[in-house]
Amino acid sequence: MIEVCQLRKGFGTQTVLDRVDFSIEKGESVVIIGRSGCGKSVLLKHLIGLLMPDAGEVKVEGQVISRMSERELLRVRSKFGMLFQGSALFDSMTVAENVGFAFRNRTGLSPSEVRRRVTEALEMVDLRGIEEKRPSELSGGMKKRVGLARAIVYQPEILLYDEPTTGLDPIVSDSIDQLIIRVRDRLRVTSVVVTHDMRSARRVGHRILMLHGGRIYAGGSPQEIFASPDPVVRQFVAGVSDLKTVDS
Amino acid sequence: MQQTLRTWVSDWMQGLGAVALLGREAFQAVLKSRTPWRELLYQVYFVGVKSQSVVLITGAFTGMVLSAQTYFQFHKVKMDTATLAVTGVSMCSELGPVLTALMVAGRVGAAIAAELGTMRVTEQVDALRTLATHPVDYLVVPRLLALHIAMPVLTLEAIGVGIGAGYLVCVRLLDIDPTYLWANMLRYTDVPDLLTGLIKSVVFGGVIALIGCYKGLCCGEGAEGVGRATTEAVVYASITILISNFFLTMALGPLLAGL
Repeated sequence: MIEVCQLRKGFGTQTVLDRVDFSIEKGESVVIIGRSGCGKSVLLKHLIGLLMPDAGEVKVEGQVISRMSERELLRVRSKFGMLFQGSALFDSMTVAENVGFAFRNRTGLSPSEVRRRVTEALEMVDLRGIEEKRPSELSGGMKKRVGLARAIVYQPEILLYDEPTTGLDPIVSDSIDQLIIRVRDRLRVTSVVVTHDMRSARRVGHRILMLHGGRIYAGGSPQEIFASPDPVVRQFVAGVSDLKTVDS
Repeated sequence: MQQTLRTWVSDWMQGLGAVALLGREAFQAVLKSRTPWRELLYQVYFVGVKSQSVVLITGAFTGMVLSAQTYFQFHKVKMDTATLAVTGVSMCSELGPVLTALMVAGRVGAAIAAELGTMRVTEQVDALRTLATHPVDYLVVPRLLALHIAMPVLTLEAIGVGIGAGYLVCVRLLDIDPTYLWANMLRYTDVPDLLTGLIKSVVFGGVIALIGCYKGLCCGEGAEGVGRATTEAVVYASITILISNFFLTMALGPLLAGL
């Protein structure tokens, strides 16, 4: 469904992604892990055409999106939903307006139908009765849920999550993980999750890819990654600054 | 020194090209009926209604001071009754559109750059794109159209209030005969003067909107980036207004002279 071939991206003199190759099957849930600043979010933004590669290409259902114009990309993006790291809710709008934003350009849907779908999406993320609240009145966890409701309301085929649990306490993080799993199973979407939260990675992913040194350094099922003998993978999975600590 | 100058010219040309491309994209979106009407209505309210006090005060005091200064000079050669004619022509063709545009650039141009800049750094612009909405259609088009609509109205108000305030200063404070004062103003202030002002106001509206939107959408990261974008939007828009005003005067003068 998504294919990334020889992707290269740099900013100024710094190369962030260097010949990245991988593919994601339909219905699969892939988690991309890696240290902060290694280019995970940059990679995720390439999958939806928010960033364009310096070289290489990104294909979505066989279409090379990395050569499309912004207007051509709008059509492809209607297949995607994305949850941003900071939720990226429109602060001038209410929760209902945020969630229903995608229907703004879609004709054929009555206002009552849009309202029904918005309420349905909010119920799916366990938020009821907050339609008229502003994003500034919500907690971090609630913002993430509203962001997720906005991403799933038009039932996309692919969902991208950029650090969905960053900055949240363990209990709220757990509820977000449960939501990701619920949305994945109920809507049967292809999910790509970027995170450095290993608990989250183990739970939501069918497959884990580790980004290191600008490349996909390791890949496999959560069990394989967590049991990997590779020192770089082990260090990251164990979350220690000194590898000797892992060995001991 | 030469390298710095070369970089500055290159950056300036690049910015000019980007603003022109943004203008073209917005123009095409308008032609293809991609205007979000609700947003446009709000922007017309924000630009037109909310700028009233600033524009009216500027227009009134400019007309008053211009009339007073003109009187002080004209009185020496006994041309007192021509005072309001100078105020009328100046307000219609130069001061009305330019000062209104400068005030709107400070108020609205800064607000546009700050709002769009904040949206960019908090990924709200990216969120728009993921929701299959082109930022130019949703953010630039309503602001550009709102300024094109509101600027001529605001300029007309500034001109009217400026001439009215100038008239009051001449009659009440400087004791000039009101009949001759008004007759001379009508005699020397022609339709081309007013048309020049209105055409300029439409152009200046486009300048404020496009530079504000461009600076906001291309701003750097963080609070510093937004702050810099806001400052640059006001400075660049003001300079562009002043420079383009000269060329507009030179172009429109002969063009409208026959009317």
